[in-house]
Amino acid sequence: MDGLEKARAIISELLTKDAISGFLALKMVNGHPMPSLFTRVDELDGLYLGEVRYPLTKILTGLARKYPDNTFGILTRACDERSLIELYKNQQLDPEKVTFVGMACSGELAEKCDCSRPYPSRIDIGEKVERHGDPAGVREIEALPEEERYRHWMSQFIKCIKCYGCRNICPVCFCTTCTLEDHNLVHLGGMPPQMPIFHLVRAMHMADRCIDCGLCEEACPADIPLRTLYRKVRETVQSLFGYVPGESTEDLPPLETLGDGTFEIGGSSREQRG
Amino acid sequence: MVEYRTVQTTCTYCGCGCGLLLEVMDEGLVGTLPMKTHPINEGTLCIKGWSVHEFVQNEKRLLRPLVRENGDFREVDWEDALKLVASRLKEIRDTSGPDSIAGLSSAKCTNEENYLFQKWMRVVVGTNNVDHCARL
Repeated sequence: MDGLEKARAIISELLTKDAISGFLALKMVNGHPMPSLFTRVDELDGLYLGEVRYPLTKILTGLARKYPDNTFGILTRACDERSLIELYKNQQLDPEKVTFVGMACSGELAEKCDCSRPYPSRIDIGEKVERHGDPAGVREIEALPEEERYRHWMSQFIKCIKCYGCRNICPVCFCTTCTLEDHNLVHLGGMPPQMPIFHLVRAMHMADRCIDCGLCEEACPADIPLRTLYRKVRETVQSLFGYVPGESTEDLPPLETLGDGTFEIGGSSREQRG
Repeated sequence: MVEYRTVQTTCTYCGCGCGLLLEVMDEGLVGTLPMKTHPINEGTLCIKGWSVHEFVQNEKRLLRPLVRENGDFREVDWEDALKLVASRLKEIRDTSGPDSIAGLSSAKCTNEENYLFQKWMRVVVGTNNVDHCARL
């Protein structure tokens, strides 16, 4: 049985026994894979398991807000699983309402994404391929003298067209009021925060959440090496707090529990969910 | 009944023609995604493209032509609106000459539409006063 047949069989079963209200994955329409919620078994003919990635878990967060009582299935690559873990811990998704079908990525995709572990904790579809991420990009910039390093980043940030694509595509960017467009800080009709403030604010806010999926860099029309920046921030968080976002379901995000643990990040998403 | 699907379309904001996926949830537009497999934008968008779902259903969006009378706007149908524009343009051209009229075309149009527009300004109206919003 090939991967596609196996996936169809698993999803059919979930849909037939009413374990889920729908299954979120990619569907081939007019020759293009696009995100879709499969609710009927006969739709599964169009199921796509190829190498195109969309932020499925971000879409799932939207579905869960709209239909909080329903359980959904989701096709889950390793990066999707890491984002699910962060979304559970940040109370954006209820793990009891998510049924994941794990898919291991091909060696080619793992290479293209420079992935550190291209398979989820449970593999239902695909073959496990071992691979380790290459930190060369971070090391290369670290090796530069400070002034040159500064010039390097400023020459990257200046290319930014403020499309907000890095934020919009990010599966673990979920705040309902984003600092980068908060009306108290950014005036309506005015300019967005300037570089490098825009980029550094985002890097800081994602510090204990970035799961290194690389979707931001793929969505950047200006080819800014965002992943190198966020990888450096991930390294800093790891060395300071011993925390790697997306790795463990137990460890709490350090920036939410600083101090004696009584401080929590506020925000309407939390209040909405009570 | 739960529903989530994406609908493929082309961004209307400029002549680039980026591929978009409009996200439909429960029969309403909830978001826009860049098409990863589109040959033009290859998974990227500008801020206007990312916000397409907002303007489509914005309450301030004009859905019918408006005619200004004594400082107030009145809704009219397309037939009347075009008739009014044509008769006023003719009147202005006949009384003040063709060079008293200028045409400003749009980056949202295709090349062919922009070509047609400048042709129309030069041949029908009779002026070379043609420009394009992308130069503003």
